[in-house]
Amino acid sequence: MNIWSSLTINRRRQILLSPAILFLLGGIVFPMLIVAIVSISRTADYGDILWGKLSANAYIQFLFEQDLDERKIFNLDYIFVFLRSLKLALLTTFGCLILGFPTALFIALQPVRRRNTLLILVSIPFWANLLVRLYAWIILLRDGGGIEQFLHWLHLKKDELGLMYTSTATAIGLLYAFIPFMILPIYASLEKIDWRLVDAACDLGANRWQALRRIITPLALPGIISGCTLVFVPTLGVYVIPDILGGSKSLMIGNLIHLQYTSAHNWPFGAALSFVLLGLTLLGMLMCRFCSKRTGKMYECV
Amino acid sequence: MNAFKLHSFPGIRPIAVLIFSFLYIPIIVLVLLSFNQGELTTVWQGLGLNGYIEIWQDPYIIQAAKNSFIVALIATLVATPSATLAALALWQRQSDDRSIIASLIGLPLLIPGIVVAVATLMLFSFIGLKLSLFTVIIAHSTFCIPFAYFPIKTRLSKIHFNLVDAATDLYANSWQAFWHITWPQLLPGIIAGALLSFITSMDDFIITYFVSGPGSATLPVYIFGAIKRGISPKINAVSTLILGISILFVTVSYFTGRQAQR
Repeated sequence: MNIWSSLTINRRRQILLSPAILFLLGGIVFPMLIVAIVSISRTADYGDILWGKLSANAYIQFLFEQDLDERKIFNLDYIFVFLRSLKLALLTTFGCLILGFPTALFIALQPVRRRNTLLILVSIPFWANLLVRLYAWIILLRDGGGIEQFLHWLHLKKDELGLMYTSTATAIGLLYAFIPFMILPIYASLEKIDWRLVDAACDLGANRWQALRRIITPLALPGIISGCTLVFVPTLGVYVIPDILGGSKSLMIGNLIHLQYTSAHNWPFGAALSFVLLGLTLLGMLMCRFCSKRTGKMYECV
Repeated sequence: MNAFKLHSFPGIRPIAVLIFSFLYIPIIVLVLLSFNQGELTTVWQGLGLNGYIEIWQDPYIIQAAKNSFIVALIATLVATPSATLAALALWQRQSDDRSIIASLIGLPLLIPGIVVAVATLMLFSFIGLKLSLFTVIIAHSTFCIPFAYFPIKTRLSKIHFNLVDAATDLYANSWQAFWHITWPQLLPGIIAGALLSFITSMDDFIITYFVSGPGSATLPVYIFGAIKRGISPKINAVSTLILGISILFVTVSYFTGRQAQR
């Protein structure tokens, strides 16, 4: 106790911070350095890493493939995997926004007590184990599963739907997993809105849609932007959802990385892919931060 | 006031109803089917507890549940104190290196899960540590830190320095000021952080999948394998149990948070 009091404030802070910093340096920063080194390393014939033998092979493999004459041919396959992931992430973000915004608005317009109940209802599935939620979807989507039985019961459709292991199934899974990430931040900004502004707009002759477009939406923009970030960024690198619901038909970045560590046993390529994904993720975040700065500026102007 | 109802928008109610049904139908179907008698998973054959009985006869599930619990408990016990100390260290009037350290703490949230997973796998391979329950615990302790940190930081930011200063003016030494002023107000934040890191650890699949050795599978890893083999009444029952635990945790943490606000 006396020793503690005799220390300078800076020294005390360093001691308090050390456990967390040690874990994060050892568990995240150092491993990321290893990934960086492996991505520029050569491998032995059996796939072992040759430490200290540098090579750009992994990054070259991303763009080119060698033909039988050892010439390098530009290869779009991996680019397509990235584009597919990008497209899926954009679609998921858009879908979550289109359905999440009205839901958040609906919650924000309820009396306070009901609002809280609805918020808990939105967050419960978000806390439940992802594998369990995906398993629940398998029960519904698979051949002879819940949705098919329901449609048969309604006499709407007789044949098999073949929903499982398609990109539709992946999209449903992504929408299901990420929609709370859209609803909650948008609700948080809607909650702060001074609804008298909307009343004022209406007194001045705006109809409710004009009020929605010109008052509510701009005020909810910070929530919309952070919601889009929270959906878009993790969707890019998602692994489990396409693997379980989409089958192995359409490869995503996450699944491609996993392949390099298992069957392909090409760690440098996997590491290089990880870095490209990380770069893409950071780019997405920077863009969102840029957007939110600009909207911040917009408020200053108003 | 106004002739028409201002704060209502036609069309949002049906969408909200659709979204809430979308969120709950799979869960309800899963829970109902877990009480299905008989071997078929999707055809209702009457009420029964077969699935639940089968769980007790499956040593792999019991082992996975034990592993999940041990990992989540130790990771929480490591991550929460580390995060608390870090939050207290950064709870100062303006200082210089704050932002770098704060972004270091947020780092596990920034990097995609699959990238953290491969990086952690490479770390253990690099230092020659054999994959086991121990490696899973190390990995979980690291990524749980930000999940414990943010609720604690939020709670701490609501405590006024004036109170601590007042205590010091009234001749409390720094320990007394901490135990009597800061700690009681901080505790709800610590509990919320601990619950959050426990659930996060129980929920993680991808990192565990990469760094768990033989015999150290957790429940999500077990379920992943079981899903690949096909669905069964047993998995319905396990899933329902996990779901029940999650709901219990969310409710508890919600009410802890509400009591703190009073």
